[in-house]
Amino acid sequence: MTSTAHRFGSYGGQYVPETLMPALTELERAWTDLRDDPDFCAERDALLRDYVGRPSPLYPARRLSEAAGHPILLKREDLDHTGAHKINNAIGQGLLAQRMGKRRVIAETGAGQHGVAAATACALLDLECVVYMGTEDMRRQRPNVERMELLGARMEPVQAGARTLKEAVSAAIRDWVANVDTTHYLIGSCVGPAPYPALVRDLQRVIGDEARAQVLARMGRLPQRVIACVGGGSNAIGMFTPFVEDGEVELVGVEAAGEGIATGRHGAPLTAGGRPGVLHGALSAVIQDEDGQILEAHSISAGLDYPGSGPEHAWLRDSGRARYVAMTDAEALRAFESCARLEGIIPALESAHALAWVIEAGPSDLDLVCLSGRGDKDLAEALGLLRARGRP
Amino acid sequence: MNGLERIADALHRSRARGLRAALMPYLMGGFPDIDSSLEIGRACARAGATLLELGVPFSDPLADGPVIHAAATEALKQGANLAQVLELTEALAPELPVVVMCYANPILARGLGRFADQLQETGASGVIVPDLPFEEAGAVLRACDERGLALVPLVAPTTTDERLELIGRRARGFVYVVSVTGTTGERAAVDGTVASLVERVAAHTDVPVAVGFGIATPDQARAVAEAGADGVIIGSRLVRAAGEADDPPAAVGELVEQFREALRTTNA
Repeated sequence: MTSTAHRFGSYGGQYVPETLMPALTELERAWTDLRDDPDFCAERDALLRDYVGRPSPLYPARRLSEAAGHPILLKREDLDHTGAHKINNAIGQGLLAQRMGKRRVIAETGAGQHGVAAATACALLDLECVVYMGTEDMRRQRPNVERMELLGARMEPVQAGARTLKEAVSAAIRDWVANVDTTHYLIGSCVGPAPYPALVRDLQRVIGDEARAQVLARMGRLPQRVIACVGGGSNAIGMFTPFVEDGEVELVGVEAAGEGIATGRHGAPLTAGGRPGVLHGALSAVIQDEDGQILEAHSISAGLDYPGSGPEHAWLRDSGRARYVAMTDAEALRAFESCARLEGIIPALESAHALAWVIEAGPSDLDLVCLSGRGDKDLAEALGLLRARGRP
Repeated sequence: MNGLERIADALHRSRARGLRAALMPYLMGGFPDIDSSLEIGRACARAGATLLELGVPFSDPLADGPVIHAAATEALKQGANLAQVLELTEALAPELPVVVMCYANPILARGLGRFADQLQETGASGVIVPDLPFEEAGAVLRACDERGLALVPLVAPTTTDERLELIGRRARGFVYVVSVTGTTGERAAVDGTVASLVERVAAHTDVPVAVGFGIATPDQARAVAEAGADGVIIGSRLVRAAGEADDPPAAVGELVEQFREALRTTNA
């Protein structure tokens, strides 16, 4: 529809009920004021260092490199406090909520990693925390549900639809519509109405800023390819952003092909293509039918089980700056196991999609992969599936 | 008469017929099934509704509470789609003005030009898009204006005067005032700030001001009319009746009659 500063090319925008518009304006103003504010940045950077454990290491994965036939560096976001990159965004938005005087924070979660990060940040900053989570995801990610409760968050189970991430986001937005005066919506990915996609990108680019400096210091060169998994796409946008100007570096986002793109049971709107659509406040690549109804996604990985995508990714795709591919449940599961056996690292099933692509991709002088989270939360689900296939 | 004129005429006539405020029932197209929703629309017309809001079911209705969300989900499960809701519009428009309520994505999917053409062809008077704030509404407003259709904007208790000025100036047909900070659904009482909100909105627009969200009883409807609203929108209460009753058209028609009686100024 019209083009504004809230867009990435034609993607993005603010397709939300009028009730929320003043809150989005307030959030945008607050972030514009604070993003370069020395006090705010110092407070955030100190927490990222002393509490989250940043910078996260860059690790040359020797045995994985041998298996793939080319050198692979892993950016170890799995070593962040709480076990995934989500904490970078949660700490930043938690501090932002505090500065805006909003004492109640709501969040959605799929895999539970963002919910845990939000609950953690709220415990740390003394904010009330409510987490919306689909009941199917609560079943798949039981340990994370217990963590959130222990951290003092109130769980709001969501029964609608497929009971996964899409419905959790919708439920959180409805809560925000009703409680917007007192509440900050701590969205977990680079999705949603403006300014969220840009806000989350700004808070996650620390991953790519660190990784770029680390790879230059260690190797004296930039990587040939930078690879990250994409559900909504926050670890990927954080990883990609500092490399966007490095034209010779190839950027690869790996979505969930689920049971295969052709089956329709996948979480890969960017790879599958098709007409863009509006979901959760933004125009972007979405999985939808001819009538514009949003379809359910499918992935073994709860964090990638989402029919939408960040609008900036849709723009990076169309401009040709990044390309998007998809790996199936089975391929991700194999990479999950390989990474554990070869490196002694149990990756999140989300991150295993990126590893799966890297293991099977053609030759490269140097691949840099964002290992966005650790896989402890996935043990029950993954081991059950591996056993069903006669392993381990 | 084009859509805009038809809405203005209907509101004028409802006042002349002794209604303190225009009565605007909402129904979900395709709920509880397509045939019943057509009969519910006819029952609303017979019961004296001024104008009908006809919902297009959508998979992810962010502005809607549990009753309308569940009705949309059920309608989609029954196979309802935009084409069928447009057929309903065509069948009901001869009886009373129909304003279609549709989220942004089904409009985009159909293509804005084609959607607007079909609205006009089916005799709709206008459209409400609950997830299209004025920042995003430019192209839809132009498409509607070109065809004499009303793009009815929403305003909320959180809307600032600065925004009201911009929204009020571009309002067509009427302004839809969301009476509560929240999603659609029945409330125990009308928010005490409705009168001041209606007054604030009216000061920024030339079109009538209708109030919806949370109005569930005839007493609440009367209170909203007394607070200065030119129209009263009843949604979830009627959708709930459509879902619960053995004879949905009769049940909804009866409720609409009760609301109409509550809105009478005199025995005219």
